[in-house]
Amino acid sequence: MGSLTPVEGAGELGFLATRADFLINWGRKNSLWPMPLGLSCCGIELMAMIGPKFDLARFGAEAARFSPRQCDLLVVAGTLTWKMATAVRTIYDQMPDPKWVIAMGVCSSSGGMYDSYAVVQGVDSILPVDIYVPGCPPRPDAVIDAIIKLQQKIAREDPVGRILHGPPDTPDTGTGNVVFQPNQGVHKSVNDRHAHDPESHPSETTP
Amino acid sequence: MTTTQVRIVTALEGVAHQFVQPRDGMTTLEVARLDLHEVCKRLKERAGFETNTFVTAVDHYPATPRFEMSYQFLSYANNDRVRVHTRLSEEEPRVATITDLWPGTSFSERECYDMFGILFEGHPDLRRLLMPQEYEHFPLRKDFPHQGIEPDKLYRTWDKQRRKDWNAAT
Repeated sequence: MGSLTPVEGAGELGFLATRADFLINWGRKNSLWPMPLGLSCCGIELMAMIGPKFDLARFGAEAARFSPRQCDLLVVAGTLTWKMATAVRTIYDQMPDPKWVIAMGVCSSSGGMYDSYAVVQGVDSILPVDIYVPGCPPRPDAVIDAIIKLQQKIAREDPVGRILHGPPDTPDTGTGNVVFQPNQGVHKSVNDRHAHDPESHPSETTP
Repeated sequence: MTTTQVRIVTALEGVAHQFVQPRDGMTTLEVARLDLHEVCKRLKERAGFETNTFVTAVDHYPATPRFEMSYQFLSYANNDRVRVHTRLSEEEPRVATITDLWPGTSFSERECYDMFGILFEGHPDLRRLLMPQEYEHFPLRKDFPHQGIEPDKLYRTWDKQRRKDWNAAT
């Protein structure tokens, strides 16, 4: 990938020889500024992660800012409802490029146990997500692992190529699969039907 | 008859009502839809039930009449509670508001309208409480699928408009 190697024989001037990609990625991955979007109980674990016990400052990502204009890492921590989805999408749009998204917890990854009319079945329905963290809520260790994996992902990026050739042609919304066919891939049994759905009890007649 | 029932019967003299036996044993009244406001008023003024605990509805779909309104009142002085039930049909889910007696029931009635589509006649501000204002369905009705009907519709409309505005501005 590259390294920051002092140039031999440069005397006291202290030259370093490296690739521009490596230097840019090195700077980006070690100074992530998270936007803490605590939507439910995952927000508590997120606060614990940033706090002194787990100490996200070890990874250079402790500078949580509550303005999306100053952030480059959106941590969607918790259950996202369709009513909140417009606000989350607005926050994502207000963040300057480059930006990354972590879906923290099963609710934001897939809707979790909320198989409901009110809950977005995974934030990848409305946003491109980089890292998914399972858990309900995930322990701070798991989210720190996600931060490390995100750093490895950032280290593989191509910022100079992005400057020269423009951003890659990827959709800025999520897959959308989950949205238009909610949970169609999930096997349905009689027990999955709503308990009060009259079609699930065809033998019972109107009293 | 318990002392609570005696107090209620005295207060409700002249209004048709009927005591029913729910499974939890609480004193429960069944009244006609159009008598509901009068019953609540008398319970408050004559029987001493000065507090409303909740206003909610039950959907008995597919039975008819479909909806059952449930009001619970509490008397601090006598330390007892009473529940008032009334049935509403699907075609006319209307009942008189009691916000003129207990202003605090305003939010309960708005939530009830939001979730069941019960129309409270005379409510000063009958808007949705939890769901978006443009939402078209009543989610706690039993014929509503639990995964919703096009749950992303309002978001998609918003997203389309946002992209249109963005393209127009740039």
